[in-house]
Amino acid sequence: MARKLPAKDVVIIGLGWTGSILAYELAKTGLNVVAIERGPWRDTATDFPPAYAQDELRYAVRLDLFLRPEQQTLTFRNNASQTAMPIRSFSGFLPGNGVGGAGIHWNGQTWRFLPTDFQLRSHLEERYGKDALPADMTIQDWPVSYDELEPYYDRFEKLCGTSGKAGNIRGQKQAGGNPFEGWRSSEYPTPPLKQGLGATLFAEAARKTGHSPFPQPASNLSQAYVNPLGVKLGQCTYCGFCERFGCGNYAKASPQTCVLPALLRFPNFSAQTESEVTKINLDSTGKRATGVTYVDTSGEEWEQPADIVLMCAFSFFNVQLMLLSGIGKPYDPQTGQGVVGRNYAYQTTSSVSVILKDKILNPFIATGAHGMIIDDYNGDNFDHTGLGFVGGGYMGFGQTGARPIQTRPVPKGTPKWGAEWKKATAETYQRACSLATHASSYSYKDCYLDLDPTYKDRFGRPLLRMTFDFHDNELMMSAYLTDRLADIAKAMDPVEITASPRKGPYDSTIYQTTHNTGGTVMGADPATSVLNRYCQSWDVHNVFVPGGASVFPQNHGYNPTDTVGALAYWAADAIRTRYLKNPGPLV
Amino acid sequence: MRRPLTTAVLFFGLIGTAFAQDTQSFDRIERGRYLAVLGDCAGCHTAPGGAPFAGGLALQTPFGTLVAPNITPDPDTGIGNMTNGEFLTVMHEGRGHNGKRLYPAMPYPAYTKMTDDDVLAMRAYFATVAPVSNRVVSNQLPFPFNVRLAMAFWNGLNFTLGRYQPNPQKSAEWNRGAYIVEGPAHCGTCHTPKTFLGGDKNSVALTGATLQGWFAPDITNDPRKGIGGWSKDDLVQYLKTGTNKWTLASGPMAEAVTHSTSRMSDEDILAIATYLKDSGEGGASAKPEPVAASNNAMRAGAAIYKDSCAACHRDSGEGEIHLFPRLAGSALAQSDDPTTLARVVLHGTRAVATAGAPTAPAMPAFDWRLDDTQVAAVLTYIRNSWGNAAGSVSASSVASQRATLAKTP
Repeated sequence: MARKLPAKDVVIIGLGWTGSILAYELAKTGLNVVAIERGPWRDTATDFPPAYAQDELRYAVRLDLFLRPEQQTLTFRNNASQTAMPIRSFSGFLPGNGVGGAGIHWNGQTWRFLPTDFQLRSHLEERYGKDALPADMTIQDWPVSYDELEPYYDRFEKLCGTSGKAGNIRGQKQAGGNPFEGWRSSEYPTPPLKQGLGATLFAEAARKTGHSPFPQPASNLSQAYVNPLGVKLGQCTYCGFCERFGCGNYAKASPQTCVLPALLRFPNFSAQTESEVTKINLDSTGKRATGVTYVDTSGEEWEQPADIVLMCAFSFFNVQLMLLSGIGKPYDPQTGQGVVGRNYAYQTTSSVSVILKDKILNPFIATGAHGMIIDDYNGDNFDHTGLGFVGGGYMGFGQTGARPIQTRPVPKGTPKWGAEWKKATAETYQRACSLATHASSYSYKDCYLDLDPTYKDRFGRPLLRMTFDFHDNELMMSAYLTDRLADIAKAMDPVEITASPRKGPYDSTIYQTTHNTGGTVMGADPATSVLNRYCQSWDVHNVFVPGGASVFPQNHGYNPTDTVGALAYWAADAIRTRYLKNPGPLV
Repeated sequence: MRRPLTTAVLFFGLIGTAFAQDTQSFDRIERGRYLAVLGDCAGCHTAPGGAPFAGGLALQTPFGTLVAPNITPDPDTGIGNMTNGEFLTVMHEGRGHNGKRLYPAMPYPAYTKMTDDDVLAMRAYFATVAPVSNRVVSNQLPFPFNVRLAMAFWNGLNFTLGRYQPNPQKSAEWNRGAYIVEGPAHCGTCHTPKTFLGGDKNSVALTGATLQGWFAPDITNDPRKGIGGWSKDDLVQYLKTGTNKWTLASGPMAEAVTHSTSRMSDEDILAIATYLKDSGEGGASAKPEPVAASNNAMRAGAAIYKDSCAACHRDSGEGEIHLFPRLAGSALAQSDDPTTLARVVLHGTRAVATAGAPTAPAMPAFDWRLDDTQVAAVLTYIRNSWGNAAGSVSASSVASQRATLAKTP
């Protein structure tokens, strides 16, 4: 029997990027806000100080900052004919854990989606005809436009202090920036990071082959910065330990470095850590949430009543909690009816590894978002006529470091161990680099999330089940993009290149990315979306999923965090300026 | 808190009328509240997370532990039964209920400079806070220090009774600053060197002292050891926000900033800055020769610095404003007493968070990673690089700091 706590105005499930932004924005209005976080409190100086933050074994190999499957996991299968099995060791993707969430271990790559991405289906059908899209592809337009979201992208980038070079300021093309990007209301808050030799050589080759390279936008800061909340960030040291690591230098944007110091000053905000929300409680009508139930580390069950429930967990766990709480109609892949769990999507990545002659690249001088990129083959930036696929991605030199355990490039044919391997490692390390493509993953009728019929979590609740595989559209796209990237790599005067386009089936044991999207998608039509354009549940008006990647109707050719942050501010504004005045459905 | 300076100065002349005032007037209670801020009463009398002024914060003194008493109006465990006259005696003479002698952890040697009217305004304020029943055993000193009568002897040696006397040669602002520094804010309680009996060495007032495992730095205008290199604005910013372009407050000063200086009025902060920037240069000291870069400790220290410190404090020792304290040219880095330096390297510390500077960055602990010789080497390097010059730090002094820290949580 849960013990009932005093009511709050707002309960937030998960204290990562969206949770901390929403908490700040709503605490600022005077509301009483409590955030309930499954994992521990995390603090820069005590949890990942520079004295040991760069411990590759601890953080990158043993995955210290990530969710433990013993605490919560999901099951996986490629298609409905298989039996899904539990993921007992996260490896293909890595859900974060604890205060800060994925905002701690991310690379800092801070991309906006393209304006046409927000009208994906209507744009593609208009340009290529209705028959151009596969019948089982379930992509749809976003319920918000790029123009509507632009001010919120701007706010999130200013929160982070993102370093970069604009390519389009209010419609004016800017030399040195991304010529394909949507308009920006202002230049990046801080200038681009300095580029290393590898990125410089890639940029030269890209220019030579007729492309438009630009520095990757990074929330690993090129210089110290004070954000609009008054919080100060430091300058990146290019240590090359971002991905899977916390930043000990206050240089990578995270809830810790950007929001929490200001948030914690509000006496009307509190956080309950190491407590897992097991259910969102509904009243007898099922149309209004009364709060949440959570379990602490002692196994004690608590009921936290609240007027507004914000689902700010990692994408999978928003979907699972919605299904377990009976909010929205679960998706049925047979009929295509129902919405919760629908349109799960991922990211289609590939690589081209390059070994150069006589170069000293010092690849360890790096950041998680450090390199020269081209966007010529992203989204619908290029004509897809006759290519047999839609979608695309960015590509370039974006090596996030060259950490000693996991970065051991060797020429083809080198033995996997022994003296020859050691010799090849020593000879190759300084002149090898990895180029990558990072591309879209459109949604399909048979890619979805539901509750597993067999496996249960430690509370006896069904695990979430993922059914996902790459489709021909994505594999053809990856082959095309990887070829284009290999063409540029050839212009770098390599001694060896190895192109590895993405191949099916999807393998959940090989790390590709943690950009898991969809399942609680936002849309204009309740028949094909869980949330309306303000990230509000169509069914339970005081439940919002304010911007996590689970709201994406499909995934585009960019990293999700900038859009997640923009949507968090967009949803926060809707709650502050519309919902609080007149609680009820906003659409 | 915006109070015209002229009014503040006027109070010096109002002692005679103090008793005639309405103790429940809003102005008086509000002034008392503000004086309690200036005096940082909450710093000792409010335990972390505890009820305001209900006591309970243990002070580690060189003589043993003293616990700040309950000063809420609770009649049994607080000061509800204390008369105004008794309250004046406490503040001015260090004698409590029934003439019981207080220990100077209660800074009556400073509060004695406060006007009767100010003290009674504080009294009026404390009468309005929520009474809390919390019995505190203040005197936890070992024998013989627990014999309160000994304080009669101590007072004879170390205590000068008497109100602040304005210096007519100086401006009203300077006098206001002096009154706050020497009186309610009791800066010298931490920053003035102590005799072996714990009394203030007033001839070298504010030139820095070690207490509770921290070195409270020289805050005279000495250009090398003190705040001579700081502009008045630097000092104002530091007191108001806990940070300026040189450093960030942490340790006991973080508490003083949180409870007291960040809540002072702009006029009073400016007055303090005016006074401190014009309060002499302490023991004006000749700059020593820096330890040679070829010295073994310096060479080891340079390598350790590059490895463990430079990522934040930079190769140049410049740090980052409001984030990582500047070491190049830092008076604290070059202070004669390296207690604080060894402490922050061993145990780390967190900067204060204020409304004006909410970041509260922290220095991580290195005690698990650097041995005493290595800590001594890197400190010697920091103290003798980028134009800095100060004595070498010995491994034995780091060892004793490590041992002390192990004993106190």
